[in-house]
Amino acid sequence: MAALEQSELQDAHAGEDGVRRRDFLNLAAVSFAGIGGVALLYPLINQMNPSADVLALAQIDVDLSQIQPGQAIKTIWRKQPVFIRHLTPQEIQEANAVDVSTLRDPQTLAERTKPGKMNWLITMGVCTHLGCVPLGAGEGEPRGPYGGYFCPCHGSAYDTAARIRSGPAPLNLEVPDYEFTSDTAVRIG
Amino acid sequence: MSFPWAEEYKPKHPFMRWMDEKLPLPRLVWGAVGGGYPVPRNLNYMWNFGVLAGLALTLQIVTGIIMAMHYQPGEATAFNSVEHIMRDVNQGWFLRYAHANGASMFFIVTYLHIFRGLYYGSYKAPREMVWMLGLVIFLLMMATAFMGYVLPWGQMSFWGAKVITGLFGAIPVVGDPIQHWLLGGYAPDQPTLTRFFSLHYLLPFVIAGVIVLHIWALHIPGSNNPTGVDVKSPQDTVPFHPYYTAKDGVGIGLFFLVFAVLIFFMPNAFGHPVNYVQANPLSTPAHIVPEWYFWPFYAILRAFTVDFILPAKLWGVLAMFGSILLLFFLPWIDKSPVRSGRYRPTFRIFFVILVVDVAVLGYCGGSPAEEPYVMISQIATAYYFLHFLVILPLLSMFEKTLPLPNSIAESVLGSGKAGEAAPASAA
Repeated sequence: MAALEQSELQDAHAGEDGVRRRDFLNLAAVSFAGIGGVALLYPLINQMNPSADVLALAQIDVDLSQIQPGQAIKTIWRKQPVFIRHLTPQEIQEANAVDVSTLRDPQTLAERTKPGKMNWLITMGVCTHLGCVPLGAGEGEPRGPYGGYFCPCHGSAYDTAARIRSGPAPLNLEVPDYEFTSDTAVRIG
Repeated sequence: MSFPWAEEYKPKHPFMRWMDEKLPLPRLVWGAVGGGYPVPRNLNYMWNFGVLAGLALTLQIVTGIIMAMHYQPGEATAFNSVEHIMRDVNQGWFLRYAHANGASMFFIVTYLHIFRGLYYGSYKAPREMVWMLGLVIFLLMMATAFMGYVLPWGQMSFWGAKVITGLFGAIPVVGDPIQHWLLGGYAPDQPTLTRFFSLHYLLPFVIAGVIVLHIWALHIPGSNNPTGVDVKSPQDTVPFHPYYTAKDGVGIGLFFLVFAVLIFFMPNAFGHPVNYVQANPLSTPAHIVPEWYFWPFYAILRAFTVDFILPAKLWGVLAMFGSILLLFFLPWIDKSPVRSGRYRPTFRIFFVILVVDVAVLGYCGGSPAEEPYVMISQIATAYYFLHFLVILPLLSMFEKTLPLPNSIAESVLGSGKAGEAAPASAA
């Protein structure tokens, strides 16, 4: 009986269009709480993104003066290896001799280096397949069938411009953002 | 809910009656795993593995909580604290070996549990929800196991984390941001380790929650049985306790026997020696493999080597996730009205081929990515999808099944005797 009286009472409060003030209050309150709840999700999710101290390590300076032609070094940027390689004229020639249209990820050596600095090949040391560190930058490591880098995990082979030539990797080794601060120094990041 | 002939909970002791009025927890246990749950009388030992999986989870939670008292999730401390557990903590070696091999035991019994369901048609109506919740548990188990393997911060921990989170990088456009979000950086590091530890501690309890739902959903239609025939009368069932508590007890004894052999005689048989080398972001181990229970899926991932519209890497990722997501649709893919493989002669052959196929995938997944393993995993991957997408639907249309017994009791006792024999004569 109580329920019946209640609903009769509510009907009496309904306007001509059948909409009660309580409907509006209901909708407004639930929407407010809903939007607030979704807004609350943002910090809960975003806290997992790289934090300020991780982002702060996103720039490094490297001195190139000691790297001889044909030599390469590994350095760390964003906790990941970076390969800096001083190409020999012959390696540059090999890279330029390739018909770009035959490549899986077509790019010329010039597009992957800075103008006038074609002998400095700076790439991430992270295989674009599943993120292993390819061999070839360290002393005595195998450089693979194309003379660049070779990933031991799944056999991706890169050429002297660090372009993917064979194996499962889909892309060339990534070229990070960098600039020459002098003739013998670069800033990565 | 249960069958109408389920024995009602009638507490005798005044305290239990008092308890039953205030909080009917003993009543719940009685109805769930006690004398109040009627179960088909013909269950074989393949029906042990659900209980064993629950046991394995419990052991993992116990050993895991204890190890969390000694482990320090830090890029500089994690590896050493695991060695500290192994060498300095009293019986720490035992707890860690029990935890590491406990994960393998958990997966062994879970795979047997899944294949039991596949063979006896336990996924079919009216148990679709039981099956799907089971798959959710399986996915949660894989996530938990993966994150747990990262915690010792050995070489394989680090590179496994890198490769697996790299899978998300294969997704177009949003892939890289998702990977950075998962790792909390650009490569596995301190933030990765602490969040994986937090989630590795959380997820087992989520699994426990989904197991409650899994059992709840199971108890509505009741357990399937080796004939696949529905329970029709009280003669078809026996109470869970003492019949199946006793039968599960046998399985639990054997479980601990195998478990003890692993812990005490071959604790590193399932491990990788290179994981006793501390993580080094600048040096990739020559041969990255996940733990054995991921091998079939890892083989599917690596089976795609040619770009076709989408990059090969993305195909691999899609196929790997697809191979599990596909199973969610199994109750509707296999339309055969006969549940049990016992009465499906052709299905039985293909079931055996599928088991071999998954074993082959597993073997390839644990091998280096070179020929002939690449080609074998390509063929085996193709067959895996062929089985579920082509063979099963065709079988359910054309297979001539064997005649089903009229009832579970008849299948046990032979026709004619079903009416007179007492349940005690069955076993």
